[in-house]
Amino acid sequence: MPTSKANASTAGEAAARPTIIGQLANPTRFLGLTEALMPWLISLAAACLAAGAYLAFFVAPADYQQGDSVRIMFIHVPAAWLAMFCYSLMAVAALGTLVWRHPLADVAAKAAAPLGAAFTLLALFTGSVWGKPMWGTWWVWDARLTSVLVLFIMYLGLIALWRSFDDPGRAGRVAAILTLVGFINIPIIKFSVDWWNTLHQPASVIRLDGPTIHPTMLWPLLIMAAGFTLAFMALHFGAMRAEIFRRRVRTAQIMIAQQRAPAAAPVAGSAVSRSR
Amino acid sequence: MTHLGFILAAYGATAAVFAALIIWVVRDTREQKRKLKQLEADGAVRRSVQMKR
Repeated sequence: MPTSKANASTAGEAAARPTIIGQLANPTRFLGLTEALMPWLISLAAACLAAGAYLAFFVAPADYQQGDSVRIMFIHVPAAWLAMFCYSLMAVAALGTLVWRHPLADVAAKAAAPLGAAFTLLALFTGSVWGKPMWGTWWVWDARLTSVLVLFIMYLGLIALWRSFDDPGRAGRVAAILTLVGFINIPIIKFSVDWWNTLHQPASVIRLDGPTIHPTMLWPLLIMAAGFTLAFMALHFGAMRAEIFRRRVRTAQIMIAQQRAPAAAPVAGSAVSRSR
Repeated sequence: MTHLGFILAAYGATAAVFAALIIWVVRDTREQKRKLKQLEADGAVRRSVQMKR
């Protein structure tokens, strides 16, 4: 049947055609693509952050209760979103390592961990600095704050885990399992303000019934969040590129050691025989 | 402006963290590229490059 043969060959060609993710499995291709993308990402991030800062300081009004301290929210909220987004990205990368064995998956996860830790630290610090004048305390052990602190500790644990293995492939698999186990903390952070009675206010932007913030404050927040996300992407691509080069360095060191090993063996043997 | 010290501390910390991350990524990339160049000069050639030859 010509039709079924044609269908089969089309399906075969489609299966053989590499997907975008498949094409990115080649680190050299990834390096080329990110080299072209990085200037655009950096420019866009800088433009969004500058516009966001301008709107945050010169357009958004002071809050009728919080006064000018509401301006801290324009960096606290994007930092907190990215802290959770970064861990979610690491969880997807962990699946890529364990299920699809994508060569760049654990590179992506390893490169993201320090960035996630930095954004989580920023969220904790800016939240604390906002909390002192508004709540009268730097810190409370409520569910939202505590679960975000747990996220920060998990990032540090994963960074330490990656550093404790010589073989990056083995480290990637172990870290991927731990990352997936730790992902349970993400919905806990998100819904902690609904499940428990917390001092931290409930969600006011990402809600089923729409944002409850006035547009004069919502737009600076969204533009600042876009700037943070673009900056994160640029930093993540940069850190991934450094990690790919680090792995090439490791491979090259092993190759040099292997090339020198046969030549070194008789010398070592003669040294042993001399010592006898 | 009310709470100026708190606002400056928050924005200052954010700027410092962004600066630290940029410096870390740029320095790390440069360092790894330099090491790789040195190793390639010492005779380490990647398999993909060997296959092209």
